[in-house]
Amino acid sequence: MSDLIPFIVAKYNYWIYITLMMIGLYAMIAKNNLVKKIVGMNIFQTAIILFYVSIGAKKGATIPIIEHAHGDAARGSVSHAIEIAHYINPLPHVLMLTAIVVSVATLGVALALAIRVYNRHKTLEEDEIIDQIKGI
Amino acid sequence: MRIMAFIIVVLSGGLLLYATQDFPSWADPVSPASVHVSPHYLQKSMEETSVPNVVTAVLADYRGFDTMFETTVIFCAGVACFILLRILRQTPEDRYYRHISTGVTIHIKDGGKIPDKSKEFERIDTMWTPFDLVIKTVCRFLIPFIQLFALYVIAHGHHSPGGGFQGGVILGASIILLAISHNLRTATRRMREKLVGLLCVTGVFIYAGTGALCLLMGSHFLDYGALAPLLHVDPVEARSLGILIVEIGVGIAVMATMIWIYNNVSSAGKYDEGL
Repeated sequence: MSDLIPFIVAKYNYWIYITLMMIGLYAMIAKNNLVKKIVGMNIFQTAIILFYVSIGAKKGATIPIIEHAHGDAARGSVSHAIEIAHYINPLPHVLMLTAIVVSVATLGVALALAIRVYNRHKTLEEDEIIDQIKGI
Repeated sequence: MRIMAFIIVVLSGGLLLYATQDFPSWADPVSPASVHVSPHYLQKSMEETSVPNVVTAVLADYRGFDTMFETTVIFCAGVACFILLRILRQTPEDRYYRHISTGVTIHIKDGGKIPDKSKEFERIDTMWTPFDLVIKTVCRFLIPFIQLFALYVIAHGHHSPGGGFQGGVILGASIILLAISHNLRTATRRMREKLVGLLCVTGVFIYAGTGALCLLMGSHFLDYGALAPLLHVDPVEARSLGILIVEIGVGIAVMATMIWIYNNVSSAGKYDEGL
């Protein structure tokens, strides 16, 4: 037990994202209600976003906006060298910026499909829908 | 089923946790993700695009194709919601009206005469919520400031955290707030369905059109440096302005899509009674 805690703390960001991801996966597989499955999918997406953003972090670094680059300094070339270690990795943030909005859009489409299923079968429970389809 | 799911989840979770041994530790400055291409972005983006916010520069310039097709994906999601849900033929339903001066509610069964244009009655939702002066007034005061902030986020995306996606979502949220605090009909009166659809297309068109304009100026698709003769600035400054144009397109597309999806999903395609 005493070596387990440092093992978790050293890479706790991965533990958090894997836990979240598995909660989402479990909801997608085991839950009977379609809306709960959709919520599970969203939790899964959140886990991926957390994973990417945590990869971009650097110790002691700030947000990737170049300092002293406004106003007159922006006209000419930047006078001082840019230290890479001062700024966090911008690439995961770019990827997740678009992924967040796309995840909202996919949530909308999934809910639209759920509404259509409800209009047709008058239920969102998966087993009842399967029974109805088999009964026809 | 539950036991099966639990076994699958525990197995895959255990495998993923086992794989973390090979991953870089938390906030490692020399992790593989941070040494390949991101140093180039951090060091060169200022002199290549004159945009201090590296995220914006990478989003709209270095990875312009990615962002363009993300915008297209969002647009497709909006269209998909519309096609799946929209019911154009209105079927007669029970409706509720409130007499404004006395507060009396009347219930009109299907096929009844409906005082749609009457000034003395106002339509209320079937899932009726009490008239709440505080919420309506606060939202009415708040919405202009939210929209102003959204425009700031879009316009100032070059120098501070922000950009088209964030600003577009805030703009969309302001209209959705109007729909929640008042009702869906008030929001669609301010922002007609046709206008929303048109704005959705306009945003994607601005993005793709900027790319095509670069093509016409004799350069590659989405190579904003080629726009320099049109904008009367040097190529580096032209990249900065090209990013701004593209971000505005993204903002419009995202705003319109959020409103479109909300309208369709909340009213199940009837545009009649929202949440």
